[in-house]
Amino acid sequence: MISKKNCVAMLLAGGQGSRLGVLTKERAKPAVPYGGKYKIIDFPLSNCIHSGIDTVGVLTQYQPLELNAYIGTGAPWDLDCMSGGAFVLPPYVKGKTGEWYSGTANAIYQNMYFIERYNPKYVLVLSGDHIYKMDYSKMIRFHEKNEADATIAVIKVPMEEASRFGIMNTAENLRIEEFEEKPEHPKNNMASMGVYVFSWEVLKRYLIADAENPDSANDFGKNVIPAMLHGGERLFAYPFDGYWKDVGTVESLWEANMELLTAAPELDLHDASWRIYSRNPNEPPHYAGKDSEISNSLISEGAYIYGKVENSVIFPGVVVEEGAYVKDSIVMQETHIGRGTRILRAIVDEEVRVGENCVIGGEGAIAVIGCRVQVGNDVVVDAGRAVSPGETLA
Amino acid sequence: MLNNNVFGLIYAGEQNMNLIELASKRAIGALPVGGRYRAIDFIMSNMVNSGVRNVGVIAQKNYHSLMDHLGSGKDWDLNRKNDGLFILPPFDTNENQGSYRGLCDAVKNSMGYIHRTSQQYCILTGSYTVYNTTYNDLLQFHMDNNADITLLYNTESMVHENESRFKDLRLYMNEEGRVVDMEFNSMMPTSTAVGMDIYIVRKDLLEYLVEDAISRGKYDFVADVLVPNLKRLKIFGYEHKGYVARLHSVASYFRMNMDMLQPEAQKDLFHTGHPVYTKIKDEVPVKYGANANVKNSIIANGCIIEGTVENSVLFRSVYVGKGTTIKDSIIMQDSEIYQNCWIEDAILDKQVQVRSGRRLIGSASYPVIIKKGAIV
Repeated sequence: MISKKNCVAMLLAGGQGSRLGVLTKERAKPAVPYGGKYKIIDFPLSNCIHSGIDTVGVLTQYQPLELNAYIGTGAPWDLDCMSGGAFVLPPYVKGKTGEWYSGTANAIYQNMYFIERYNPKYVLVLSGDHIYKMDYSKMIRFHEKNEADATIAVIKVPMEEASRFGIMNTAENLRIEEFEEKPEHPKNNMASMGVYVFSWEVLKRYLIADAENPDSANDFGKNVIPAMLHGGERLFAYPFDGYWKDVGTVESLWEANMELLTAAPELDLHDASWRIYSRNPNEPPHYAGKDSEISNSLISEGAYIYGKVENSVIFPGVVVEEGAYVKDSIVMQETHIGRGTRILRAIVDEEVRVGENCVIGGEGAIAVIGCRVQVGNDVVVDAGRAVSPGETLA
Repeated sequence: MLNNNVFGLIYAGEQNMNLIELASKRAIGALPVGGRYRAIDFIMSNMVNSGVRNVGVIAQKNYHSLMDHLGSGKDWDLNRKNDGLFILPPFDTNENQGSYRGLCDAVKNSMGYIHRTSQQYCILTGSYTVYNTTYNDLLQFHMDNNADITLLYNTESMVHENESRFKDLRLYMNEEGRVVDMEFNSMMPTSTAVGMDIYIVRKDLLEYLVEDAISRGKYDFVADVLVPNLKRLKIFGYEHKGYVARLHSVASYFRMNMDMLQPEAQKDLFHTGHPVYTKIKDEVPVKYGANANVKNSIIANGCIIEGTVENSVLFRSVYVGKGTTIKDSIIMQDSEIYQNCWIEDAILDKQVQVRSGRRLIGSASYPVIIKKGAIV
């Protein structure tokens, strides 16, 4: 028998993240590496376990392999427990029919049976696309206190960026009066973080109605939330003030990494009470060579640094050879940077081999080298250029 | 596969006064080495990488840190339904009053576990030898020679001055590799083959040999079992060719950590294709400040470096303040060295705090040791 859960989390991890270009050609956005050892999805997963939520459905769709392998049993996040756990939920065939997830709400709708197994009071719907530390249990208490049917976490964003988000217009008691998805002329800057708490009985009703509506895009922001408002349900905005970053573009991913290099980063990864867990690569500590020069950088296990690294984030197993210079860049797992090569304002993905005396990137837009790219000697890759995974540059 | 028929038995209860403060509060196998490991991780990983799925660890005194480290065996994939990791602490009986008088004594007290193992062969080893290998070739060699006992050894050409001998077992072998003579802690050894404190032996033979020794009031495996039986038993030696370190004194402990700064030792210990597993701590990558200056050092995750570090090994979550210099030193987990300090030829145990402006200088042959949790 499965005991009743207070709350089950559903983590939407099917996002393509197309604006990340070559970085998401072979992986879903939640699997994008960040911060020298993490993947974006480590943040919501770690938040879940720290918030006392031990049952997490991870909804995958786009390029699921890397994510499925990464999550496994959920053990790295302590989610391999008896009564719950991490469950990867790809779309599947039911009887004679089967379909992809047509939208965020449809993904939850198609997995109603999974949620019903636990018969929870609340369902926490999360996006696997954001970097933040948040105690969801506080938000659930807020939801309970307000006797809400749905609670949407909101964060203040700069006014000029507000039109990229779902914007909440609320009464003084934070009850949501109006919800506008990506409005052209936003009335305020309280943006949805893509974190929702729903009372399951209410959500179930709306999901079924939404699925029966052929005109619906089956999206929470576009359809389900407006329908709930229209239906007079109690929707509340839960204000969050803390670090929250949507790394939707190459620039914002680069920026989010660089923000970790400031003297006192807003996102404190050293906080022992809210450790961010990730799958461990089992590498020895990194080695800084006799002539290495490393400043203002993050360097992870298994790296060998013989050259110069400045304002950069270096992932496990990276080798920076003698005379190489990595500046203002992100170099991901198992990438090899040859002698005399200069990497400037670039993101170099996993398992790339860069030969000797190359110049990658420069002043201007961020250059991106996709995973497993082979770069020969003396190659120049201009600022802003993106090289697709697996290509060979000679 | 051969390995399904082997279980591992690790004796982690060695007593060694030469390690002074470093091992006074912990088992030797729990000694922190190489920035993020405990000595026993290497042997444990060797076992697991050889396909051994049943490992007993005989603990004796001060095994709290060892048990904390090994836990359920999850980090070595030894949390199995059948077999897996067994920690074997001592218990008071009429025969055993708490302290093992030698390896035979320790094995004798683990007979309950040994009897229950379903495997036919035993890899019996201590916990203070650091190397990376798999035991597959050793096992094959043992079978091919129809041996009773096979020892792993390495060739030590260097004799380190100033180091007292601890379990220095010299082997003399004929062309086939059969051991014809042994010397234990010899003053003037003429063989360069040194035993690595690891033996492969059939389980029933081990049971017999140990019971036999104990019944005669003998407790040492080498002096009381191997040496008297050189003619009666077919004892073979098998050479391990890579890097080997033995943690039998402060000097050798210090040297082993410093060896990890050398490419040869790095390659032999970490790039053999067989990973070294250890307890996972989920630390953040190392943060280098704007004025950090780090040369020829190993820095484990979780550290924050704002000063200068040279020829040193820093364990997880060490803090090095601005204006501080750390040279030729080993700094263990969670130690904090504030601003404008100078630390040279020192071993700082875990959770040491060095307040601003302090100087701690030892010498290469006799490093200063600051004990766990001390505030300087």
